[in-house]
Amino acid sequence: MDYNKRLDGRDFDELRPMEAKAGVIKKADGSAYFRMGNTVAYAAVYGPREMFPKFMQDPKKGVLRCNYNMMPFSGAGERVRPGPGRRSKEISAVTDKALGAVVDLIDSPNAVVDVYIELPQTDAGSRCCGINAAAIALADAGIPMRDLVSAVAVGHAGNKICVDLNYEEEHLPEFLEGLDDHDVADIPVAIIPSTGEISLLQMDGIVPKEVLMKALHKAKEAAMKVNAVQRAALREKFASHAIDNGYNSNGDGNIDGENGYGNNDSDDATAQEDIDGI
Amino acid sequence: MANIDQESRKHVKDSLAKGVRYDGRRKDEFRPIEIRTGFLTTAEGSAQVKCGDTEVIAGVKMTMEKPYSDTPDQGILMVGAELLPFSNPKYESGPPDAVAIEVARVIDRGIRESKSLDNKRLCVKAGEKVWTINVDIAPLNDDGNLIDVGSIAAVAAILNARFPVVENDKINYRKKSDEPIPMNRIPIAVTVIKIGNNLIVDPTELEEQALDARLTVTTIDDGRLCSIQKGGMGTLSIEDIDKMIDLATHKSHEIRKLIKQE
Repeated sequence: MDYNKRLDGRDFDELRPMEAKAGVIKKADGSAYFRMGNTVAYAAVYGPREMFPKFMQDPKKGVLRCNYNMMPFSGAGERVRPGPGRRSKEISAVTDKALGAVVDLIDSPNAVVDVYIELPQTDAGSRCCGINAAAIALADAGIPMRDLVSAVAVGHAGNKICVDLNYEEEHLPEFLEGLDDHDVADIPVAIIPSTGEISLLQMDGIVPKEVLMKALHKAKEAAMKVNAVQRAALREKFASHAIDNGYNSNGDGNIDGENGYGNNDSDDATAQEDIDGI
Repeated sequence: MANIDQESRKHVKDSLAKGVRYDGRRKDEFRPIEIRTGFLTTAEGSAQVKCGDTEVIAGVKMTMEKPYSDTPDQGILMVGAELLPFSNPKYESGPPDAVAIEVARVIDRGIRESKSLDNKRLCVKAGEKVWTINVDIAPLNDDGNLIDVGSIAAVAAILNARFPVVENDKINYRKKSDEPIPMNRIPIAVTVIKIGNNLIVDPTELEEQALDARLTVTTIDDGRLCSIQKGGMGTLSIEDIDKMIDLATHKSHEIRKLIKQE
């Protein structure tokens, strides 16, 4: 059976409403909030700081260490047991790769940059939402990056390619009669916007190759929309710093060095490049 | 840096001796408290509490489970807290350590011992099935006083919670009923810390690191006490405790009003 109209009324290539904010966790060196529909992610970045345990240090460059965690009350069903499980460890690992592709830590040997992704509420697409938050947080922390990373899940449900699946679409056979489990595939993708390259790709479900290729193109288009929201969040934070907080007593992330504001330390200069480079 | 050094500790202490707190508050003054409830779709109840720069989320998840054998007709309350490395550079990943467990246990006991939950309603079938109320506390940003802020969030989240709909003995988590968790009292934990000869409430992280001793006092609406926890390496005199309880009780009334407004 075909899926002709999406359960929540969206167009097939329409993302859920997005919302993003940079600089939401005070104690962190960089942080962000990213919402895609009912999936909400916070990301906090600490570092570069000394890597412990020491045997994990790399004398040639800093290490990016991502940690994905669902809060116990964030699941659609029963309470999620706190602490790392197989799923969250794997997602942490693929998130590392997704973001590691753009992060350059050559100037921070033996150091670690910790990225903590916390999800208070999920409704499918949580790893993508986490990556989107983390990319903003890394830029907010002034970590040297070649670009942001923008992620979105595309799915194949009832013979249609759907962008940014929600929980109901991921479990479509439960909500729509005439479909079975074979008819749904979920494909999270992370894109580096400036080059269109892919730094995260996973798929669960059965699809022919042509469909996958089409889905990747859809993902790329959708990721550009995500990217616009990410950039806007960074602009908003740094613009308000330049105007309202000229002396920037926090010392974090004032990018407006040119106008004689701010303390011009090296981290800030990096953040400025990131913003301008977008 | 994660730990402040001896100098800053001394400075906090010396300033307090002159009656000055770093952020200009009075000794018995809380930072402004903001409470927001019911914003999470996946939780049966939720609350976000901001107290100065300390910010926590509490979420309630409910399940039906077999009761404990010694209380076959009573529901179960479990409060958990994780000190997320996300919220402060001093925390590390891994299973909850003693500090996190203390935060959770003090909040848990404060609510449990207030006997504010109507256990009869939480019993589905004696000896077989009772409701379990899981309250989990997640700090977003830790700038001190997690116990108090977490306890406000926990209580606000329970008050905000609605039973999920039960269909053919199975819980449908995607549907909430209109029925709140029966709670007839509002327990409030207030921690008073002692630095030198000064007693202060709502310490920031900096003040916490300079503390000699602390006392967390949980009170119910009529002013009676339901749970106490002493912490810190220093000692307290009976006179100290007398003053600390009065201060905590006084503050608890103000906070209870805020929660009731929500």
